[in-house]
Amino acid sequence: MNEPILSIRDLTVEIPTRHGILSPVKGVSYDIGRGEILGVVGESGAGKSMAGNAVIGLLSPPAHIAEGEIWVGGTRVDHLAGEQMRRLRGKEIGMVFQDPLTSLNPLLRIGDQLTETMLAHLDISRSEAEARAVAALEEVGIPGAAERVGSYPHEFSGGMRQRVVIALALCAEPSLIIADEPTTALDVSVQAQIISLLKKLCRERGTAVMLITHDMGVIAEAADRVAVMYAGQLAELGSVREVLTRPRHPYTDGLMGSTPLASRGKDRLHQIPGAMPRLDALPPGCAFHPRCPHAQDRCAENPGPRIEDGAGGVACWFPMTREAVA
Amino acid sequence: MLAYVIQRVFQSAIVLLVVGLVAFSMFRFVGDPVDNMLGQERTQADIERLRTQLGLDQPFPVQYFKFLTGAAQGNFGVSYRQGRPVSDILVERAPATLELAAVSGFLAISIGIALGVFTAIRRNGFAAHAIMSVSLIGVSLPTFLIGILLIYLFSVELGWLPSFGRGDTVKIGGWSTGFLTESGLKALILPSITLGLYQMTLIMRLVRSEMLEVLRQDYIRFARARGLRERAVNFRHALKNTLVPVITVTGLQLGSIIAFAIITETVFQWPGVGLLFINAIQFVDIPVMAAYLMLISVMFVGINLIVDLLYFAIDPRLRVDRTAAH
Repeated sequence: MNEPILSIRDLTVEIPTRHGILSPVKGVSYDIGRGEILGVVGESGAGKSMAGNAVIGLLSPPAHIAEGEIWVGGTRVDHLAGEQMRRLRGKEIGMVFQDPLTSLNPLLRIGDQLTETMLAHLDISRSEAEARAVAALEEVGIPGAAERVGSYPHEFSGGMRQRVVIALALCAEPSLIIADEPTTALDVSVQAQIISLLKKLCRERGTAVMLITHDMGVIAEAADRVAVMYAGQLAELGSVREVLTRPRHPYTDGLMGSTPLASRGKDRLHQIPGAMPRLDALPPGCAFHPRCPHAQDRCAENPGPRIEDGAGGVACWFPMTREAVA
Repeated sequence: MLAYVIQRVFQSAIVLLVVGLVAFSMFRFVGDPVDNMLGQERTQADIERLRTQLGLDQPFPVQYFKFLTGAAQGNFGVSYRQGRPVSDILVERAPATLELAAVSGFLAISIGIALGVFTAIRRNGFAAHAIMSVSLIGVSLPTFLIGILLIYLFSVELGWLPSFGRGDTVKIGGWSTGFLTESGLKALILPSITLGLYQMTLIMRLVRSEMLEVLRQDYIRFARARGLRERAVNFRHALKNTLVPVITVTGLQLGSIIAFAIITETVFQWPGVGLLFINAIQFVDIPVMAAYLMLISVMFVGINLIVDLLYFAIDPRLRVDRTAAH
């Protein structure tokens, strides 16, 4: 792989509480290369959004990065403070949120929101920024962009608003985009459009994308590689083709089995027994072992191995052999 | 928009009619003005003659109707005590109250919003906690007590500022202003602080809580994620979104500044309409009382109308009729 745009090494996020320290993200490592889309999947609370927030420096206190390193475009960013981090946000790292209905300021015209973002980062004149705002809206497929720059967010539909949000995230030309469940709040018919738009724009510009989702369909559609997270830890990391068709971690296997596929007919969906443990009640050993069909004594005694290579790996003592899922 | 304004003006007129009716019927219980006007040496014939002369012998609906038709033409009758047209007296007294209210309102809004924003942004700082604690005093102490305390400190002990009256005034047209003389300005300080303190703390606490609410919104997180400067996030994005509820309350508070000027004017012997009203009550000067109440209700209704129109200026989502064409 070429030099990665984003490189996370052994990242741990901690939240001190009255009942002790919680670690929503624990020892996570992965890379994303130029123009590559990494899908980050996992259940709610698995730490996938928390890792994204850590990268862009928007963890809400008291959550903080306790250990590990984050490198963006060859610069270490995890220890940057205030103003230095602000300069990177939008400029190097863009972000797309889940709900386009609430991510746009309702009182400002979208053209003004675009120009203020560009003027904060790029050394261009206001009229230049205004021209680029129209171009940015055209690029994300807003019809009549020249007139729509003067519109307010409430005058757009949900899908159109998410296009505006993508234009905003990309307008200062960041090298990395963190898309946090960008399609979850949208109609199914619009989801595919937004995903293919995101994919197209990032391929053209060589932007790296961290695509956070719990939708396996979105991963299969858009991502190049996938990182599966469970209880704050990375369970499996690898190419989409391998992880989706030949999972090695029992959790990934369970996750795939519980995803409905039209080709599988109306058979009963597989369920992983139990639920993901709460952060304050993690079992000793591998966090997944109480639910794991292949667990052995060693799994209860030793924490699962960590994936330390940002390119790929599996965090399991007894990984499943690579055989195609029937 | 125009239809809305016409509708609101029509509603306002009904409110005024009702206020007039309630006020007018209450005057029947404050005492008989004739007792005060004739003194000890009076005959039954004198009383009857005066009653006829003042129109008090007529049935209540007739009196009310006469009052309304007069008021609609700006004629509020003749003061029982001073023997001069009430409208002349009001015009003479109004500048004092309006100047006092304007200065108090300005102090309350400017300092209130500034402190509200400050305490919201630095919500964990020492200064913010100190301001919040002190503001409890402003909310809980009665106005007259604040006035008396200020007089004691700045007039009696320190001797810096006058304890009563307006100081020297300058006549400009029919308007007597205290803004142009040193003693006039000095005389304004204590009464305007007394009158505005409660509204200031109220606005401050309101701005703070609204601001804290807005700062939690997605579009603020998105603004941060786009790398906008803190100043732009706080003022351009957050403050503007707090203004709609703040304007509602502030508008009502401005009305009550004028209405509650009665207490401050009494404490400071401020020669405004509030003091006029207090004196009128003691003398059962019905025309003055009625005119005062109508004046206050006109102001309340007018301010509410302005507030409603300000919503349109601030929040584009309300301007549906103009933008529906898209």
